[in-house]
Amino acid sequence: MTALALDLDEAVVGRRQRTLLRRARFVGVPLAVALACLAMYLYVQSQDLDNIERRIITFANIRRAAGEQIEIALWATALTLVIAVPLGIALTRPWARRIAPIVIAVANIGQGIPAIGLLFFVYIQLVRSGSTATVLGMAIYAILPVLRGTMVGLQQVDRGVVKAARGMGMGKGEVLVRVEMPLAVPILLTGVRTALVLTVATAVLAAFIGGGTFGSLIISGQAQGRPLAVAVGSLGAASLAILADWVGGIVEDLLRPKGL
Amino acid sequence: MSEPMIRLDKLTKRYPGHDGAAVDAIDLAMPKGEIVILVGPSGCGKTTTLEMINRLIEPTSGRIFLEGEDVTHVDPDQLRRRMGYVIQQIGLFPHQTIAQNIATVPRMLGWDAKRTNARVDELLHMVGLDPSRYRDRYPKEMSGGQRQRVGVARAMAADPPVMLMDEPFGATDPITRERLQNEFLRIQEDIGKTIVFVTHDIDEAIKMGDRIAILDVGSRVAQYDTPEAILSHPASAFVEQFLGAGILLKRLNLSRVEDVEVATGEWPTIDRGSTGEQARAQLRKSGRSHLLLLDDQRRPARWIGAADLERSDAGTGDLSGLGTEVQACVDLRATLNGALQEMLLNANGVAVVVDREGAYAGTLDLDTIIAAIRRMRAASPDGDVPLDPA
Ligand SMILES: Nc1ncnc2c1ncn2[C@@H]1O[C@H](COP(=O)(O)OP(=O)(O)OP(=O)(O)O)[C@@H](O)[C@H]1O
Ligand SMILES: [Mg+2]
Repeated sequence: MTALALDLDEAVVGRRQRTLLRRARFVGVPLAVALACLAMYLYVQSQDLDNIERRIITFANIRRAAGEQIEIALWATALTLVIAVPLGIALTRPWARRIAPIVIAVANIGQGIPAIGLLFFVYIQLVRSGSTATVLGMAIYAILPVLRGTMVGLQQVDRGVVKAARGMGMGKGEVLVRVEMPLAVPILLTGVRTALVLTVATAVLAAFIGGGTFGSLIISGQAQGRPLAVAVGSLGAASLAILADWVGGIVEDLLRPKGL
Repeated sequence: MSEPMIRLDKLTKRYPGHDGAAVDAIDLAMPKGEIVILVGPSGCGKTTTLEMINRLIEPTSGRIFLEGEDVTHVDPDQLRRRMGYVIQQIGLFPHQTIAQNIATVPRMLGWDAKRTNARVDELLHMVGLDPSRYRDRYPKEMSGGQRQRVGVARAMAADPPVMLMDEPFGATDPITRERLQNEFLRIQEDIGKTIVFVTHDIDEAIKMGDRIAILDVGSRVAQYDTPEAILSHPASAFVEQFLGAGILLKRLNLSRVEDVEVATGEWPTIDRGSTGEQARAQLRKSGRSHLLLLDDQRRPARWIGAADLERSDAGTGDLSGLGTEVQACVDLRATLNGALQEMLLNANGVAVVVDREGAYAGTLDLDTIIAAIRRMRAASPDGDVPLDPA
């Protein structure tokens, strides 16, 4: 009894520490990003900008770049989810046991291709719109973590729990929706978060095929020898990636079923 | 015999790519309201047999009858809602509260919330868990034994006539296991369900079973009978071997104190209000060494010897300070094995028997138990085990 009480105490302490950490992250991360951006703003203000710099580093440009990058990342992530989650579910069904390793291998190759190469391939061969091509390319790129998260999440569900559900007369679909998916959610969401960060971060590559994003600030800055523009673009892209991870963490906390 | 609740007819399971059948044409009839135990060595096919009954495993051939209805080909999901199932790993849903877990089948059957909640509370009470304390907890906040109780409650939720239980008390320590077994037997006295219970523990089988099927490899029925009959007439060398050493002691587990002659006049008794003088007279008249002091509710209190009475200031003092406290006290419902243990622990080798209210009912000594053992041996072919006819 005392042993049990101690265990529970420890669990409570552990949980409390984790809650504290989560709270710290909840305010700390956006605060740090805001401070970095403010510092950059003040620095840019203090500089004498030449004509070219003044043309590249504008609020309108930054706002548009951020908007494009977020839009591309969201579409890419959505597309990834629509493809990878059902695929992951299908591949963990008993009838797919044979083909699952093959699909995983293909997905591995997909991620192994350099992202920029993939983008140019999609752009030249499939679609001639920069942002659509980026969405497609990013989605192909991000499928693997989500697919893996879905499959691992489903595979780690205790067989006994599934058997109990079937034994009480739940149909296969009901077991999937009511038991397997909720229990797979934590691991699945980790995959989604990885995909989100990956797409936000690599969306800058869209600039190479005319898709905008902070990448365009970086490329023009580079082309015209204006490091300040490169720095602003880089900070913007990094801030977005960090915030994406932050949002992902919050979503994970919110959607994780109680009792796990 | 009336229509059995469950009847298996040449039920067979072959796994592809494996020689031989995991379950080889088993025939078994399970009567209504009884606990039928499937017991046998590991890998003999107990789980496979059990899971063919609710078709979690589809039989290769043979048929299953539920109350005379052939259910070999009916919709398995519908069939399973008519049978509670407790799997060995318990399998509670970790993301659902205890109440939600128990309400699984009622929810599928479309019960309204009021009826479901009432049922959940009733079941938690039944398995000895306080509803207000436990209904909103998650499984990880429960101990192993508590989870096991919830597993049983969940299987009983929609009051199915049949319960399938695969080593339901397997993963608990001996003390918890014993308690869960006793509680379950008490519950079964009220609900009288047809229960198919898998275990590999022969002692659990003897304790829990109305009927035991001892299974050999391929789920071949080596013997199917009451525990008493199996213990007194093992059908084959395999059964003998499976029953293991100490058959006689196991059989003492099946007989209860109330089944044997409890001696009422063997030892003198005296009421609490009596004087030392009366006690001495009583003892002298009986010619025994001790007498038994009973309290106001006629419960046995102390053994008082002649020497104790001599030492005391006879005639005046209170008798309840004399002698030694009664240690070995057994209920009429206790097993002979339990009584024997009490006796061996007690200095004078006598167990005091009490009735349900705890009042003195008589005494039991070693001779009575030895006589009971002798009768058991006389009833079975002594040492001569019939060989398997096959
Ligand atoms: N899915 C399967 N595929 C192939 N063989 C199986 C499968 N499931 C069980 N078996 C085999 O069938 C036989 C019976 O297995 P089963 O699980 O019914 O045994 P059991 O009596 O319940 O054993 P235990 O006491 O260890 O639980 C075993 O030899 C086992 O290896
Ligand atoms: Mg088994």
